[in-house]
Amino acid sequence: MSLGPSQVREIAHLARLAVDGNDIPAYAENLSRILDFVEQLGSVATEGTAPLAHPLEMSQRLRADAVGEEDQRELFQSIAPATQDGLYLVPKVIE
Amino acid sequence: MHKKTIAQLAAGLRSGEFSSIELTRACLERIRRLDSKLNAFITVSEEQALAAAQAADSIRATGRGGALTGIPIAHKDIFCTRGVKTSCGSRMLDNFIAPYDAYVVERLKAAGAVMVGKTNMDEFAMGSSNETSFFGPVHNPWAGTAVPGGSSGGSAAAVAARLVPAATGTDTGGSIRQPAALCGISGLKPTYGRVSRYGMIAFASSLDQGGPMARTVEDLAWLIEAMAGFDPRDSTCVERPVPRYAAGIDAPLTGLTVGLPKEYFGAGLSPAVGDLIQAAVGVVQRLGAQIKEISLPNSQLAVPVYYVIAPAEASSNLSRYDGVRYGYRCSEPRDLDDLYERTRGEGFGAEVKRRIMVGTYVLSAGYYDAYYLKAQQVRRMIRDDFIRAFEEVDVIMGPTAPTAAFDLGEKTSDPVQMYLSDIYTIAVNLAGLPALSIPAGFAEGRPVGLQLIGDFFAEERLLNVGHRYQQETDWHARIPRGYE
Amino acid sequence: MDWEAVIGLEIHIQLATKTKIFSGAATAYGAAPNTQACAIDLGMPGVLPVLNEQAVRMAVKLGLALDATIAPHSVFARKNYFYPDLPKGYQISQYELPVVTDGELNIELDGSVSKRIRIIRAHLEEDAGKSLHEGFEQVTAIDLNRAGTPLIEVVSAPDMRSAKEAVAYMKKLHSLVRYLEISDGNMQEGSFRCDANISVRSLGESRLGTRTEVKNVNSFRFVERAINYEIQRQIELLEDGGEVVQETRLFDTGRNETRPMRTKEEANDYRYFPDPDLLPLEIEPALIEGVRKTLPELPDAKRARFMLNYGLDAYDSTVLTASRALADYFEAVTAQCDDAKLAGNWVMGELSGALNKAGLDITEAPVSSEMLGVLLQRIKDNTLSGKIAKEVFEAMWNGEGGADTVIEQRGLKQLTDCSALEAIIEEVIAANPNQAQQYRAGKEKLLGFFVGQVMKATKGQAHPQLVNELLQKKLGA
Repeated sequence: MSLGPSQVREIAHLARLAVDGNDIPAYAENLSRILDFVEQLGSVATEGTAPLAHPLEMSQRLRADAVGEEDQRELFQSIAPATQDGLYLVPKVIE
Repeated sequence: MHKKTIAQLAAGLRSGEFSSIELTRACLERIRRLDSKLNAFITVSEEQALAAAQAADSIRATGRGGALTGIPIAHKDIFCTRGVKTSCGSRMLDNFIAPYDAYVVERLKAAGAVMVGKTNMDEFAMGSSNETSFFGPVHNPWAGTAVPGGSSGGSAAAVAARLVPAATGTDTGGSIRQPAALCGISGLKPTYGRVSRYGMIAFASSLDQGGPMARTVEDLAWLIEAMAGFDPRDSTCVERPVPRYAAGIDAPLTGLTVGLPKEYFGAGLSPAVGDLIQAAVGVVQRLGAQIKEISLPNSQLAVPVYYVIAPAEASSNLSRYDGVRYGYRCSEPRDLDDLYERTRGEGFGAEVKRRIMVGTYVLSAGYYDAYYLKAQQVRRMIRDDFIRAFEEVDVIMGPTAPTAAFDLGEKTSDPVQMYLSDIYTIAVNLAGLPALSIPAGFAEGRPVGLQLIGDFFAEERLLNVGHRYQQETDWHARIPRGYE
Repeated sequence: MDWEAVIGLEIHIQLATKTKIFSGAATAYGAAPNTQACAIDLGMPGVLPVLNEQAVRMAVKLGLALDATIAPHSVFARKNYFYPDLPKGYQISQYELPVVTDGELNIELDGSVSKRIRIIRAHLEEDAGKSLHEGFEQVTAIDLNRAGTPLIEVVSAPDMRSAKEAVAYMKKLHSLVRYLEISDGNMQEGSFRCDANISVRSLGESRLGTRTEVKNVNSFRFVERAINYEIQRQIELLEDGGEVVQETRLFDTGRNETRPMRTKEEANDYRYFPDPDLLPLEIEPALIEGVRKTLPELPDAKRARFMLNYGLDAYDSTVLTASRALADYFEAVTAQCDDAKLAGNWVMGELSGALNKAGLDITEAPVSSEMLGVLLQRIKDNTLSGKIAKEVFEAMWNGEGGADTVIEQRGLKQLTDCSALEAIIEEVIAANPNQAQQYRAGKEKLLGFFVGQVMKATKGQAHPQLVNELLQKKLGA
């Protein structure tokens, strides 16, 4: 599988990564190499094999519905890049 | 003091030969004097360390305290430490002061261990050489031009150079075992679910597992006993009693069956490494173990499976770094997309971006089945190979890495070559098994690691075999020149 | 050409748990911004989700009430997209294997006609935070208190054919979740939110037309308007030879129209995959049976019982079972006064009218079911006339106490004492000798005049039938 510059740009946008135009060819080459390498999985016969998402096949544990967290806004927002009146700020979003 | 193991240091503290304050000061002094050659630490937390040492001394003074009370340790900078920078080796979190402790940090604190600092690592644990760190590469104490391995390279180098008696690490595809091997120390990757992942910054959630790194297997036993346990905050953590690991390490090896997977001794393995591993197998055989050749037929698929699953999970796990609530934020974003793209473009290094893109691609519409689902199916086949093998043998042995430490810069140009340095460690993470790496000799002056793989939750067995091996050998006791 | 609309609804319902679906932070509405957003809700590094048992039980409860299949094995997946109110960059939801599948809900149209709407699935997921756009100049402000609140998203089949049916479905589901006490259903606070998928096709065509999704229409009235607008827009577009574009649209409540959304959905490649931080949800039969035991009588069963046991008609039964609280209220009143028809009339009439006027919910009524029951008893035992009873009700509503207290204090007791009445009647006859004479001469319709005079003299408190009888006797003498 070989990726071209436009595909690299698309993926980078989907992942919200600014990539310098000069670096695109290098990314295209490296990503293509990695995808070529994992391509060998395509030839493995896996019919009837269930996918394995977790090494231990356990089921989800459930938590009691009891409040166990207190307000730590001040601590959390002391490391935030931009806040005002307890709110996080981002550039204007238009819906 | 710096040459002593945890077990020896604990005896010294107990007898009053030295205090934790003295011991901690000595560690801090060695870090100050020697770390400029290694770059093993991102943060040294002197003030907190001395306070913790003081507290440990008071506990000791009342006759209480356990094996780790007053023992200095370092944490890989992937574990959140309340009030102390937790960078994960990334510019993205260079300003991140964690508001909470990771479970592992909590547990070791509760056991009385004294954190002296946070160790360098590949950025977000993505790397096998420690060269992807935003804070610069770590140098191997055995050869300054060589890599220490990765991603827990700082922890491995710090322990090997006797800056600290022990450190924590995390292992997603070999990140404890491979640097332990390349730096000549001992490292344990526990069974998936044995150690809580709470507060351990995620790389690939279904593969990540924290574990200890130290000079001897006996020390690992003390450390894992404190680190393991049930934590309700991690849904994937197993509720199961924690054995007294150190109590069983002396058991005889008679009746033990050791499997040697033929796939781990084929092409790609450096002959010098192969010879040392065979010699190590001989030691275990002389201790009474039966040796048996086995096959793990899907071994060669482990690296490609890993490089689908790990990037896929990582691409999603790393989406939270968006410059909104914490961490790096680009300057003067024009709009929301600009905020996201430049924050992430500037905050992440090249390898992290590469893996995020691979993961994004394999999960995207039209490719999911061919890559991700397929990789999960093969993952089951790889795990089932191990399950079958453990019907015949108790422990699997082989090399940890195909070569001894390579040079800085040697593999940075080709990501796939770099990925193949984890060829013997990755399958263990896919299967969720425990594995140990211990020193087994030197190839051209650089350490070589022996890997022992156990069945699910068979850490006790691995530690037992590793400890008996270390009773017969002294590879683990060798000290790199310049760090005596 | 004749057109047919095809409508399916996706309704997001906030579950009334105390804590978030994956964290122990509180879910109470209206807290100061970000004070109920813990490290997990904020997507801090290294923190992990653990599933809230109550959210699972509530999903099972809804599944049972919808006569649906409860999946023994379901999986949480990550839906990946970037948005500032989504702290982790993904929403934990269920994708391929939801917890509830294949249910149904009957809706009543025009009183007695009912229609079955199929439910394709219902899945558990976490809510996002809120973006605040107003009151800020160059920025949008983010409050993550709501992030992680448990939602169940109920997806219907495209079985509805008009805005009216869609609203009936929405109201029925709304009533159901309140019956089940799994949600407060508060639409102003966003506890019950609706996205509508709408397409049109020519009547008789079996294929579906291209649909649009109208997002976040959060009142019954707006849903009806938004759907009607969208149906009309699509029909006009097609009749002019245009094509419907598959897109997400927003309903502008000010302009009463829908318009395309500008952000968020552009790429739509959500890269769903099983969340590796969570394990598969296995629901044991014992849990299902335990939840089944807590199921209340459901609206349809209650409605049938009201018709059978109380002899109410279909319409009244539908109205009285619209909410569990209303039905309970009605039944308590009936038990007290032993007259279902009378109770029904008062609950749907005076009481509902007063509640509407005051903008109150039945649970907030100042007149309790017991108070109303006593009042109706006083009508039945002839203490009060229906007319005076309304005055008493008003007094009770205004806090003057129970019916008996009001009757006592205001002296509203109906006059049934014959001798006292006789005296008044004699006075009235004496005061109107001409009319008495005319009546006796055969002008019998003057009886009404005398009744009126007596009621006036007794301030309406005389028992009308008794007045009639006594008057006839006295005038005839």
